[in-house]
Amino acid sequence: MNLIAQLEAEQIAALGKDIPDFKAGDTIRVGFKVTEGSRTRVQNYEGVCISRKNGNGIAGAFTVRKISFGEGVERVFPLHSTNIDSITVVRRGRVRRAKLYYLRERRGKSARIAEQTNYKPASAKA
Amino acid sequence: MRSGIIAKKVGMTRLFMEDGKQIPVTVLQLDGLQVVAQRTADKDGYSAVQLGAGTAKAKRTSKAMRGHFAAANVAPKRKVAEFRVSPDNLIGVGEEISAEHFLEGQKVDVSGTSIGKGFQGAMKRHNFSGLRASHGVSISHRSHGSTGQCQDPGKVFKGKKMAGHMGAVRVTTQNLEVVRTDADRGLIMIKGAVPGSKGGWVTVKDAVKKKLPDGVPFPAALKSAAAPAEAPAEAPEGGAEE
Repeated sequence: MNLIAQLEAEQIAALGKDIPDFKAGDTIRVGFKVTEGSRTRVQNYEGVCISRKNGNGIAGAFTVRKISFGEGVERVFPLHSTNIDSITVVRRGRVRRAKLYYLRERRGKSARIAEQTNYKPASAKA
Repeated sequence: MRSGIIAKKVGMTRLFMEDGKQIPVTVLQLDGLQVVAQRTADKDGYSAVQLGAGTAKAKRTSKAMRGHFAAANVAPKRKVAEFRVSPDNLIGVGEEISAEHFLEGQKVDVSGTSIGKGFQGAMKRHNFSGLRASHGVSISHRSHGSTGQCQDPGKVFKGKKMAGHMGAVRVTTQNLEVVRTDADRGLIMIKGAVPGSKGGWVTVKDAVKKKLPDGVPFPAALKSAAAPAEAPAEAPEGGAEE
């Protein structure tokens, strides 16, 4: 392992984040820490994960899309951000793409994602 | 004036801080950094320390340099550089410098040889805007355009920015922040990018445009000074280095 990979692995271990197994198409809820003045609270952001990039490494990030008051909103979260309190998988979706950017042009019925009923966590670990 | 250091650029990564910020950092490694020679006012007319870093094979080192390293009783070094210091900050020959030479949060200047780009056009090399995409421009969309006036100077002025060789020159980036140091592995993490490619040598000095923070080690953070104080068990190792 080269030095950079080693430093990144150490940092991931030191951050001690419990990141669930999820992929594009899953509906997830992200608890994001918001600081208002001196007070910090956790704000939930729930939507469809439409992309994951840079794997599980320190540079990893994912995009969550939701429709908020009729307007599409996308947020990109760094996977290992210390601002993320929790990530919860709400629903497993069945999709055939790694990046679901086509959802941006869709509304309503056509923007639905079928639920994956036979989810196997073991396959993701490999 | 303190000595700087020679370090090897390992690569870049990011650090997540407690407050949610993420900082892009360049990792620099100190690899066998030792004082190879001293320059004194009596002998040379100025005072400086010559540092060496890395390991070079003895058979690939020239005879002259082998003699130079032998006089200092150090192993042949891959990279040698001189740092001007004030006479009271001279460091003994053979002393090893550790990564704690710089404090976290301190500003430093980093010099290195930038990545060579070869022969490049005026747009990439000097940020010219090029010519228009349409309105009669043909074939020369990325050209530099006019190079001067008319018959009156009748020449192109010297130093005119044109296409040519880009990169592979010594570049100094000033006022970079030291985010973290790791003395055990000899690592210094610097916020942002530093000149040069991975595996290249850079020199790191205290920032000339910023005040030196309190508590920086003088004349340098030496491994021989740290070893007996922190761990008496490692004292024989520190003694062997001297």
